[in-house]
Amino acid sequence: MIARPWIALLGPQRFVPTVADTLARLECEGPLAVVTAGWQEREDEDRELRDHVGRPVVNLELYRRAEDVFARDPDLFAAHRRRQDRLLELQDAYRMRLGHAMAAARELLRRIEPAWALDAEREDAIAAVRALDEHHLARLETVHRAFRAEVRPSDRVAVAEHRSDLAERLAGVAALAVAGGHVAILLNRLRLFDVLSLAPRLPVIAWSAGAMAISRRVVAFHDSPPQGPGNAEVLDAGLGAVSGVTPLPHAERRLRLDDPVRVGLLARRLAPDVGVAFDPGARVLFRGDRFSVWHETRVLAGDGRVTAWRAS
Amino acid sequence: MRLAIQELTERGSIGPADVDGFLRDRRVPIIEGPHVTFLHRGDADAVHLQHWIRGLPSSQPFRRIEGTDLWYLVVDLPEGSRVEYKLEVVRGDRRELVRDPLNPLEARDPFGANSVCQAEGYRTPDWAVADPEARRGTIEEIAIPPGAFPEERRVRVYLPARFRRTRRYPLLLVHDGTDYLRYAALQEVLDNLVYRLEVAPLVAALLDPGDRLREYAADPAHARFVADEVVPALEARYPLNARPEARGLMGASFGAVAALHAAWLRPGTFGRLLLQSGSFAFSDIGGHDRGAVFDPVVEFVNAFRREPGRPSERLFVSCGQYESLIYENRSIVPLLQASGMTVRYVEARDGHNWENWRDRLREGLSWLFPGPLWLVYE
Repeated sequence: MIARPWIALLGPQRFVPTVADTLARLECEGPLAVVTAGWQEREDEDRELRDHVGRPVVNLELYRRAEDVFARDPDLFAAHRRRQDRLLELQDAYRMRLGHAMAAARELLRRIEPAWALDAEREDAIAAVRALDEHHLARLETVHRAFRAEVRPSDRVAVAEHRSDLAERLAGVAALAVAGGHVAILLNRLRLFDVLSLAPRLPVIAWSAGAMAISRRVVAFHDSPPQGPGNAEVLDAGLGAVSGVTPLPHAERRLRLDDPVRVGLLARRLAPDVGVAFDPGARVLFRGDRFSVWHETRVLAGDGRVTAWRAS
Repeated sequence: MRLAIQELTERGSIGPADVDGFLRDRRVPIIEGPHVTFLHRGDADAVHLQHWIRGLPSSQPFRRIEGTDLWYLVVDLPEGSRVEYKLEVVRGDRRELVRDPLNPLEARDPFGANSVCQAEGYRTPDWAVADPEARRGTIEEIAIPPGAFPEERRVRVYLPARFRRTRRYPLLLVHDGTDYLRYAALQEVLDNLVYRLEVAPLVAALLDPGDRLREYAADPAHARFVADEVVPALEARYPLNARPEARGLMGASFGAVAALHAAWLRPGTFGRLLLQSGSFAFSDIGGHDRGAVFDPVVEFVNAFRREPGRPSERLFVSCGQYESLIYENRSIVPLLQASGMTVRYVEARDGHNWENWRDRLREGLSWLFPGPLWLVYE
């Protein structure tokens, strides 16, 4: 159940921009706050987005603000680096276990006979991967909790000043847009300033890494990387503004959607969340405890197919 | 498996119309599983396949189908093979080396062009072909004043798409840079791999030699030119990450020798090496039989084999199984590994040519300069 009037998750915007149309359909008028921190140094290169939405845009400049905070508050920066190091160490350990767990699950899914023996093993192997993902997610959250307890970011002067300014800017807008880009950097900046808590009733429209960051957990994925086996990984805890879906931006390009074993394994691994293929044009709208799907939005099914989504 | 050419030859009397029909809409050479049928049509006294596959006779005769002007040769090639070749057509005492007129596939190199046979399982990588979606990088030119070499040298510099002065980029120095652009589609490869997030956005310096066989043959002047002149000039002009792990040398054939030699003379400077089909000739005892141009190379490789040191941190080494340098490349790998460097060695069923080197770039560059594939979703 979300407290906001609505949250819209969209597919990538470069070739099929849908932000303006989505806002219009939702009768959302007025200025738009945007977070483009995932673009890093290019954060302020938002001309195309401004032209597309055709309304006043307030860029919250979270990337620049974070750089300012890190420069002014070395203790916070040092704690931030320590946290990042710990997250990396956890990721390495998780990856070691994940590789074996995924190889076992994939092998069992590819074999058919003897069914009497393999069916139960297959289910258990997938459950083991799911349990590992949740275990890893819980450990990541522990690191974040420890960081918050130690550093209390919102109480730090530099952060508090920016938060105060951000609150003012958010008070004058009709919606908050979160663009894609580098998902870890975007997530860190959103977390540092706890942006979502500054405007708890504001509608949110997010795409690509933005959609990943505001979900319950961030799953990084690519089926055909030039190096490594291409096992999707739980990368971090998300901000949890929406739950029940795992956004998979650029699924057409990044996943082997014609490989039912890979598709089925990922879908069942993500369950009970739904793995949504956020390709250009895809849109999912959340209102209260319901979500609806616009246009052709596809999901990964446990049987290995990629099907048009019929949401609640 | 009954081959198409067998079906034709077993028909009995074959006329020109039968040959026309046989060749119509047919891709030549004919690929049927591991069997490759090369064809030539025309009056000749003999036809030979000329290729550069180590292990096979370099000139193989075609057979003429009785009563026709159609010649054929069946060769077995392992899956994934890619072979460059020409046809030698003999008429009287005249021998003419030509590209296969029935095969539109060609590969160019600085000496001209060859016909290409792509065996079963070989695909031209999609990342090596211009992708209209990929943002294009730009190329500009800088001048390096006389120093190690008596004349000014021009160096072309590839800047990745969305290049920004506020970022710090890795630097890749590419020997035979213009040839890599022309014959190995280096700009398309970099544009695509950066766009696909598989390779970090990087600056590439495209080096072109003056006297290649001298400068790239372990010439200390070249090492000085690269390490003491090109790198400082680039670092002064572009926002580059100056750490060794963000600085790479790359080259093929003699270019690979030049890259390894420069790194060997300047240990700790170049943390990444991409060495393709290196001409790492050596002699365990006595001389060598590769000609005088290899003398300084052999001298260097022999010295390197005695004392490799630790010239770099991470190396990607590749070689074609069908080229004569496969022995030398296989020999150098354990030596590199024993020196404590991280080495990845890859072989391909291909020869000593630019498309072989192109086809290995994704694996090599994404390993040496990994991009943010897992983290960026735009």
